Amino acid sequence: MAPATILVAVFVIAPFFWVIFVSFTNRTLLGRTAVNPEFVGLANYISLFDPVSFFQRGQFGFSLILTTQFVILSALVGQALLGMLLAWLLQSVPKGVKSITETFVIAAWILPEVVIGFAWFAFLDYDNGTLNMIMESLGLPPGDWLLQQPFWVIVIFNVWRGAAFSMMLFNSAFASIPPSYFQAADVAGASSWQKFRDIGLPLIRGHVVTVLILITMWTFNTFTPFLLTNGGPSYRTELISIYTYRVAFRDFDFGKGAAVGVIIMLINLVFALIYLSLGRKRAKGVKT
Amino acid sequence: MVYKHLVAAGLGLAVVTGTGAAAFAVDLTITCRCVEGGVNSATAEWIKNSVIPGFEARMAEEGREISVSLTEFAGADEQLTQQLALDFSTGAGADISGFDGFLIPSFVDAGLLRSFEDLIGEPAISWEGWDHISEGIRSILSYDGGTYGIGLGTDVRMVFVRADLFEEAGLDAASWEPSSWDDLLEAARALKDAGVDAPLQLNAGVSMGEATTMQGYWMALLGTGEGVVDEEGRWIVESQGILDTLNLYKTIYVDEALGDDRAQLLADGRNRTFANFRDGRTAMLVEGDWFYRSVTAPGSEFALENRDEIMTWKKMPAREPGAGFRGQGHVSVSGGTGFVINPNTDSPQEAWEFLAFMMSQEQMTAFQDYQPGIRSRSDVPIPDSPFLNETSQALLPLTTARPNDADYNSVSMEIQRMTESVVSGELSPEEAMAQYKAAVTSIVGEENTVSLL
Repeated sequence: MAPATILVAVFVIAPFFWVIFVSFTNRTLLGRTAVNPEFVGLANYISLFDPVSFFQRGQFGFSLILTTQFVILSALVGQALLGMLLAWLLQSVPKGVKSITETFVIAAWILPEVVIGFAWFAFLDYDNGTLNMIMESLGLPPGDWLLQQPFWVIVIFNVWRGAAFSMMLFNSAFASIPPSYFQAADVAGASSWQKFRDIGLPLIRGHVVTVLILITMWTFNTFTPFLLTNGGPSYRTELISIYTYRVAFRDFDFGKGAAVGVIIMLINLVFALIYLSLGRKRAKGVKT
Repeated sequence: MVYKHLVAAGLGLAVVTGTGAAAFAVDLTITCRCVEGGVNSATAEWIKNSVIPGFEARMAEEGREISVSLTEFAGADEQLTQQLALDFSTGAGADISGFDGFLIPSFVDAGLLRSFEDLIGEPAISWEGWDHISEGIRSILSYDGGTYGIGLGTDVRMVFVRADLFEEAGLDAASWEPSSWDDLLEAARALKDAGVDAPLQLNAGVSMGEATTMQGYWMALLGTGEGVVDEEGRWIVESQGILDTLNLYKTIYVDEALGDDRAQLLADGRNRTFANFRDGRTAMLVEGDWFYRSVTAPGSEFALENRDEIMTWKKMPAREPGAGFRGQGHVSVSGGTGFVINPNTDSPQEAWEFLAFMMSQEQMTAFQDYQPGIRSRSDVPIPDSPFLNETSQALLPLTTARPNDADYNSVSMEIQRMTESVVSGELSPEEAMAQYKAAVTSIVGEENTVSLL
């Protein structure tokens, strides 16, 4: 117990309070305030929420809104819906097809991020990208994807990347439903959609909420789109994690970067509390 | 039990390294943005094939075993800055490192560099080389009375021109002497009509980092008679000069598409501008002499065939004749790079000895075989290169330096953002300048800014 406590204290608790402390200073990595940071109170937080610049590109508010759109489109709509659809369709296909599909989808999930990022970059490149070669061979005009549609690129990228995880979770959720329910429905002549709506979905409702919260948290904090777009062009793909990285480690503004970090921690805390309280409710539900 | 083993292992390790330090050689590492066969290839080859073997041999003669290795940094300039800032603040990093002079103030103020006077002492103060390095060059890597590095030399900026493309557009590059921005734009329009895709390239945007500020923004802004700071050192946050400069960008990239705006927005944009020039998509590129010395040099990635016949250069004109900085008709801006010593090095004296050897007359002269240039040392003969002689004679009298100020680096990043927001078409020049004003004011404080409108 003791060594674990020490480890947690050194690597989790201490940095946690350190970040909170730094967020109240104007500490930087370069320049005068690196050696003699001053206590600035809430100035970093106030500047983040400054109404004049809040919605400008490259500012905190813009990044937060962009991240919200990214989470809704790529995680909730894209990953969860696609994952559920795949999982449901896989329930009724032959074993061979099922395992091959699973292998491909999971391959997308287990490959290292850097490899994936580079592969997508090469795929979407304007001059020599695979996608534009395909477009041209079909007689379609090539697209400047990373420059013209950077936001949709990272949305599709993240759907592709994360659908596998939702699929696996939904797969095991569907598998926990006794097969006899479906057999009975089959006898009654129910269609696939009816089975899904009246048996599948109601019985995995608890799992759905868990999956949604988990992928929301992951997507909210993901950094991988940086490998595709560097957060650009003109901050159009600067998600909140990339924004934090830029402020802290490119502009070297540790004070402001820490303030953003604290806000992100609070947002994550809310997600985590919802997740934990759901888990507790379910645990109680099992007991009674 | 486990703890006992760990302690024993730790002690054993301490003993081994402890005795090792006395018996084994000193290891030094040097790093720079230089890769054999890649960026700054000549520098890497010079260090690996001339400086290091020469230094190790000399040390061996004295009975000292010092081995030096070069870490070739392949990333961009900004990434090296990032790496060095983090390394120096955590006690890591190579003993000696390539360094851009304009970053010295912000590193020094942050306590991330120690002056030679302080770190090395007497050997660095009385080094023979200082007698052969001019005050101007020495000041590039100095700040607040301290010397922090030894420079390799200085540079100048100009417009590089593809004479063959000019000819295709019915223009004669040899006799063409642009004396205003309109001259540049007119030539660009003629080239565009003749089928040159992106005839005029003036750097902008965040991803190019300081290259945007130096090769792009400064070169245009100086042509309006202004600098980034006024005579009293206050940062100019609002002025007609800034607006004119942003409008020039707008004309080039947004209104008339005379330049390749993708190159200014994409992450690897600078290499793209080099490739455009090589492939004949760009006919006028504002760049530093490094572009001639290294980028397009024979054998490098962006080498031009028959370079001496198809590539020439012009002085960057002011907005209109005589409207430039100090009333000049043409402008240029200079910086300089060199090498610094890591403040946390275990062997400062050995690192200094290596650096002094590298910057000795013998090694600097040897460098000329790898890449001819005008060196910081006056006792290294200027190579017989018409380009170097002409550009230095024409441009050194016209040139300007950046403010030697710890806030410059942060302000420069705001300049890069301001240009990007105009080039991408997102903001009007007026809006971009308003954002710039707000950002710079929060960096330097309102009392250190001035509005010229």
